[in-house]
Amino acid sequence: MKAIVSVVGMDKPGIVATVSTVLADNQVNITDISQSYAQEFFTMIMVVEFDKNKVSLKELSEKLKEAGEEIGVFVSIQHEDVFRAMHRI
Amino acid sequence: MSFTPEEILETKKMIEEQGLDVRTITMGINLLDCADPVLEHMQEKIEHKIYSLSKNLSDVATSIEEDYGIPIINRRITVTPISMLLGSLKIIQNLPLKDIQAFNDPLFHKYKVAKPQISIEAINAYVKIAETLDSIAEKVNVDFLGGFSALVHKGFTRSELCLIQSLPEVLSNTERVCSSVNVATTRSGMNMNAVKMMGEIIHQIAMNTREKNSIGCAKLVIFANAVEDNPFMAGGFHGIGESECCINVGVSGPGVIRNIVKHHRNADFETLAESIKKTAFKVTRMGQLVAQKAAKRLSVPFGIVDVSLAPTTRPFDSVAGILEDMGLETAGGPGTTAALAMLTDAVKKGGLMASSYVGGLSGAFIPVSEDKLMNDAARKHILTIEKLESMTSVCSVGLDMICIPGSTSPTTISGIIADEASIGMINNKTTAVRLIPVIGKDVGDEVEFGGLLGNAVVMPVKRSSCEMFINRQGRIPAPVHSQRN
Repeated sequence: MKAIVSVVGMDKPGIVATVSTVLADNQVNITDISQSYAQEFFTMIMVVEFDKNKVSLKELSEKLKEAGEEIGVFVSIQHEDVFRAMHRI
Repeated sequence: MSFTPEEILETKKMIEEQGLDVRTITMGINLLDCADPVLEHMQEKIEHKIYSLSKNLSDVATSIEEDYGIPIINRRITVTPISMLLGSLKIIQNLPLKDIQAFNDPLFHKYKVAKPQISIEAINAYVKIAETLDSIAEKVNVDFLGGFSALVHKGFTRSELCLIQSLPEVLSNTERVCSSVNVATTRSGMNMNAVKMMGEIIHQIAMNTREKNSIGCAKLVIFANAVEDNPFMAGGFHGIGESECCINVGVSGPGVIRNIVKHHRNADFETLAESIKKTAFKVTRMGQLVAQKAAKRLSVPFGIVDVSLAPTTRPFDSVAGILEDMGLETAGGPGTTAALAMLTDAVKKGGLMASSYVGGLSGAFIPVSEDKLMNDAARKHILTIEKLESMTSVCSVGLDMICIPGSTSPTTISGIIADEASIGMINNKTTAVRLIPVIGKDVGDEVEFGGLLGNAVVMPVKRSSCEMFINRQGRIPAPVHSQRN
């Protein structure tokens, strides 16, 4: 299953490491990644792929949120279909 | 990357900051095959059918919320208009036809039946069915079940008369059962006997639930041109042209539209309409995704997406707020009808592009008590019932969740219903009335309903009698454009 991970917060060392560690620990593969700055906010978007039989989106969402809170950034994960429905005709 | 960061952040903001959600997943269930001459058998059949089809509805909605990160606020059920089933009861079939005809044909007026002579036993049968529906709704964890309804635009059947007469008791004794009565269509005109009767019934419901600010009236909608696939409450029912069972979804998003209007403060009308359309497209696509996933997981066909803007009591989630951000000082002032017309049309256009099966009411709702800024405008006396009436000629639905003085006479309530139904009948659109005459309250008093229903100020009703008009018997003939063949 494909999903989109988005990270928003103040830039600081270790954001990419923290998020990708959670993903790696849960056998989630990162297929694309992009980073940008909007005003002074750091934004990172990842396209990820994983086997939903091994880890559920809900579990992953909770783990990512928790890891994000520890370093003061907002991390969320959503099914790719949501974005496809909204932004592609 | 398959999506730009802007697109991804836009979706996130819509959900997290602007309150984008799916307002309701509604399962429509046909109950016609549950008709039975014996009340207890019918109760069992209804219970069994609703339970077996909808037992997973709530859990499936929750699983979609978790998988897609989209909040789904309500889970609901609509059923076949109940009056159609209960005509099979022995007790109803034994009612003398003569009494019923007096309400259908002026020729029978010599019988001078002021009020239908219906036995307590017959009324009790309807109350018992309503209680069955109420308990099953609770069991499958849905907040409302709609379809305790009667379609009487051209005349009453025995069962429909009984159902209407049972409403004061049904709506004060049940929590989750919602009712609607269709009194007019463009095709067949307006049943003024029904309009008169509903004024009296609304008054009785208000009296029966006076301890709770006459809240029973919030569960009853009087329609013209009622639609068969409406997923929203209180007016939803599963029409007879519908399939055995289907999933309809009501999307919302006044907050999202309001945000986009705010960002186009100085834009011309074309630019504004374009941006509303694009946003409505996105909102509808999300609703359609949820509807299709829910239908698949429940192994039930997908019916329609209703793209209505349904406000909540959160200030940013207000339809009045959108109108004010379009450039009005207060919703209800001059310019309001034009702004609402443009908004509703743009929302529909965006929605129609997004889904081939847009249905239900689709437009903008203007329930006064549920929209904080609408209420503020009413408090300032800028938004009035008369202005709301004209607004309903350009948006979906009608005079919705409006508190009026408890002393308002039943014939005046009927007059308001007749006015609103005429707009629907003549303009070939759905209109509805959900008035709450709050017993013991007068103009300017505040009424607290709590939850989704919000709180409201009691609005003034013009004091001028329409008693003689309402007391005429019969039907207003269908308008000239009913002849379309």
